[in-house]
Amino acid sequence: MTKTAEKVDTVTIRFAGDSGDGMQLTGTRFTSATAAIGNDLATLPDFPAEIRAPAGSLPGVSGFQLHFADHDILTPGDDPDVLVAMNPAALKANLGDLAPGATVILNADAFTSQNLKKARYAADPREDGSLEQVRVVEVPITTLTVGALEDVPDLNKKQKQRAKNMFALGLMSWMYSRPTAPTLEWLREKFASQPTVAEANIAAFEAGWNYGETTEVFDHRYEVAPAQLPSGRYRQITGNLALSYGLVAAADRAGLRLFLGGYPITPASDVLHELARHKSFGVQTFQAEDEIAGIGTALGASFAGQLGATVTSGPGIALKAETIGLAIAVELPLLVLNVQRGGPSTGLPTKTEQADLFQAVFGRNGEAPLPVIAAATPGDCFHTAIEGARLALRYRTPVIVLSDGYLANGAEPWRVPDVDDLPDLRDDAAFTTEPNGPDGEFLPFLRDEATLGRPWAVPGTPGLEHRIGGLEKAEGTGNISYDPDNHHRMTELRQAKVDRIADDIPPLEVDEGEGPGPRLLVLGWGSTYGPVAAAVRAARREGHAVAHAHLRHLNPFPANLGEVLARYDRVLVPEMNLGQLRTLLRARYLVDVQGYNRVRGLPFTTRELVEAIAAQLTDVDADR
Amino acid sequence: MSQTTELPTLTKKDLTSDQEVRWCPGCGDYAILSTVQSVVPELGVPREDLVFVSGIGCSSRFPYYMDTYGVHSIHGRAPAIASGISASRPDLKVFVMTGDGDALSIGGNHLIHALRRNVNLTIVMFNNQIYGLTKGQYSPTSELGKITKSTPAGSVDHPFNPVSVALGAEASFVARSIDNERAHLSEVLRRAAEHEGTAFVEVYQNCNIFNDGAFDAVRGNKEQQIRLEHGEPIRFGADGERGVALAGTGELTLVDVAAVGEDALLVHDAHREDPGLAFMLSRLAHTPTGPTPIGIFREVSRPVYGQALQAQIDDAIARRGPGDLAELITGRDSWEV
Repeated sequence: MTKTAEKVDTVTIRFAGDSGDGMQLTGTRFTSATAAIGNDLATLPDFPAEIRAPAGSLPGVSGFQLHFADHDILTPGDDPDVLVAMNPAALKANLGDLAPGATVILNADAFTSQNLKKARYAADPREDGSLEQVRVVEVPITTLTVGALEDVPDLNKKQKQRAKNMFALGLMSWMYSRPTAPTLEWLREKFASQPTVAEANIAAFEAGWNYGETTEVFDHRYEVAPAQLPSGRYRQITGNLALSYGLVAAADRAGLRLFLGGYPITPASDVLHELARHKSFGVQTFQAEDEIAGIGTALGASFAGQLGATVTSGPGIALKAETIGLAIAVELPLLVLNVQRGGPSTGLPTKTEQADLFQAVFGRNGEAPLPVIAAATPGDCFHTAIEGARLALRYRTPVIVLSDGYLANGAEPWRVPDVDDLPDLRDDAAFTTEPNGPDGEFLPFLRDEATLGRPWAVPGTPGLEHRIGGLEKAEGTGNISYDPDNHHRMTELRQAKVDRIADDIPPLEVDEGEGPGPRLLVLGWGSTYGPVAAAVRAARREGHAVAHAHLRHLNPFPANLGEVLARYDRVLVPEMNLGQLRTLLRARYLVDVQGYNRVRGLPFTTRELVEAIAAQLTDVDADR
Repeated sequence: MSQTTELPTLTKKDLTSDQEVRWCPGCGDYAILSTVQSVVPELGVPREDLVFVSGIGCSSRFPYYMDTYGVHSIHGRAPAIASGISASRPDLKVFVMTGDGDALSIGGNHLIHALRRNVNLTIVMFNNQIYGLTKGQYSPTSELGKITKSTPAGSVDHPFNPVSVALGAEASFVARSIDNERAHLSEVLRRAAEHEGTAFVEVYQNCNIFNDGAFDAVRGNKEQQIRLEHGEPIRFGADGERGVALAGTGELTLVDVAAVGEDALLVHDAHREDPGLAFMLSRLAHTPTGPTPIGIFREVSRPVYGQALQAQIDDAIARRGPGDLAELITGRDSWEV
């Protein structure tokens, strides 16, 4: 007999356990099944930098949060409706994030005195009243998993215990009516060469499902209907995957080969891994000896006529700064991708932050301007990479593309674009093949009048042999020049080339909502798009008039930005830094921009931004 | 009318750029530039396929004087930038012109990894045992106790032996020559340029301003030059009266040929897979004040990085066909709304 299903419109669940418990995998599989149903979704993987911190300890807790709904959503959810805690440390690390009335599913087997001690619990939280505000469901997950695998041969008890994450996945899949077929198929494929392991995981998954169906603990399950998204073909995508595909697409649309020079660094390495798999697109990946060589090889490849790119995170950008300066001086196309993480120094490698904006805009010696753009959502990383390539190729300049840890690992359903609708970059990527000088000579620094970009003449082209370098060059010839006026002119030209991009990008669009004209503008950039948009929606539901805009281009800014800022009594810029965009806006436009700034390594919650918006509205009213 | 299509033959003049050479009068760099400009046309590579990449330092001004493609890059980074050029364009002939500070100090990491990877590069390192462009500080090849502006009491840094470093870094071609020994330098550079993979050539180069005469003990002096010739017994001295032999202790020793007999001499084998003997030869002279080996220490064949990278791409395309962008971005788990 099947239990009844209650229809709900939105659910947030969080899986939490030891780093070695497979929580990221569990969350990812639940996400795939959720995507297959057609819910809108957003995810937030949250894991420690240590690969395996001591088992059962608080630093070793790894979590995966998923928000899914029957309507369009923007964030991975503020507080979970359900927490699955595989051990006491996972409970302790996550309990504070739960709202009263939330459900906690505990692996009762893990609540041993030893584990309680490792989690620094003085008393068993199940008995001391600390769980009074939540609904606790204790499930002996480990025992039930091992029991379900009794007949599986050739596995010892420890190996059987390792399948307990699949039991948890099975139970949650039952509870939220997720289809089982995609997960079973995935397990069979993943463990095709180890049939016993496949069998064990499938048995554990099914045992979890059946436990939900048969035990009296759960009297009903939940259903979340598919979301009504704009029509099209959808897939699930993370930011790092989208960034990788964006690079492949940009090279394809430019008629160039992609060359990625990189060095492993969290949270950017997945881009290197992904691109290394696409050799059939002619993609070359070069794992260099360090960050400096990563960008050095990429710049060399650009000189040789490839779409050169390098991918890293903040500390890597610091090491690459000198080569970015060279790329600015020699005026070659180059993509520099920064998947930002918490800083300074090694900082918080697995946590998100957007505190590298100053580094991107200013972080070089000399007057060294370059375009800086940032992705807003995981799927937007695809289009932002292509936009980065467009600017790099058209203006013959390095471009910094900013993503961050939240976008990198977070997933969302993504409407797959039609390849023919992507920008055609072939004209921007065209090599120079003929001399351009008045006397039949080649002038490597004779600029295009429209873009101020210089000719891209690649080795192998007869008659266009030329030398470039980091020393100041004479306008036109590119010969070394120490002439004072030439240096001033070249400095202005390099700046003018970047400034000119403002006329080649869309004006900033503002969403003013409905009703009376808002007096407050909330302006975001990068990965805060989701939480800011969700908070603006929530504030409007409460009857507030709030305008919302989001910047993709951070250097140069869209041409109308100053006019937009001047339109509102108040401008609020929420940032996961201490006010970097705010400082740029104040300096540039002399507008008293307000900030909401937190660097907790986590994306903003909708709730805190709603409060920040409300506080600004109160101030606006008081000023009236 | 010729029936065959012949490549236009380059001359030294074709490779000389219109830029005024700005090294100090008397600098050893002039001789190296002249020799390179003479040797390169003999390689049969069209001018447009030649790329000279350098870092920073006196020697790194080199590309400006060559009428080829060139990059004057960043201090120490030339091997990295050149690796990107060479790996992505195996059709090009790429040279790295560098110095002892550029290659062994700030750029040491890039040098050893380029050698290990065996990217198709000809690396020519001008060793003058001093920082010239910054006006006279000790370098990673300066001898212990050297008095310079930054070491008024004498250097306490133990120097690198560049040939030993290159051999230790798995280099497939390692050689040494001297700036003004034109015939020897020409032959070494030609062989290096024709080598498939990374070739490393140390050139003893005189800095007449800050370290004049550093190599006078071996320059033009047959007594002190141990010329290595593949397949030949290693002999030196005015009449070849001295030689190198493998002692019973496993070490190399300098011997009198008359005393030990020619059969006792070590026969140089640059093609040995094991770099051990080449390394021992490199240790015969740590700083070139006594008998010093010059010539090709090692010349072996190993897979070349850029070719191997391209082979993987060709193989992927042969097996799966050229990539289909729409198929890639749609993936296997998509759904229609």
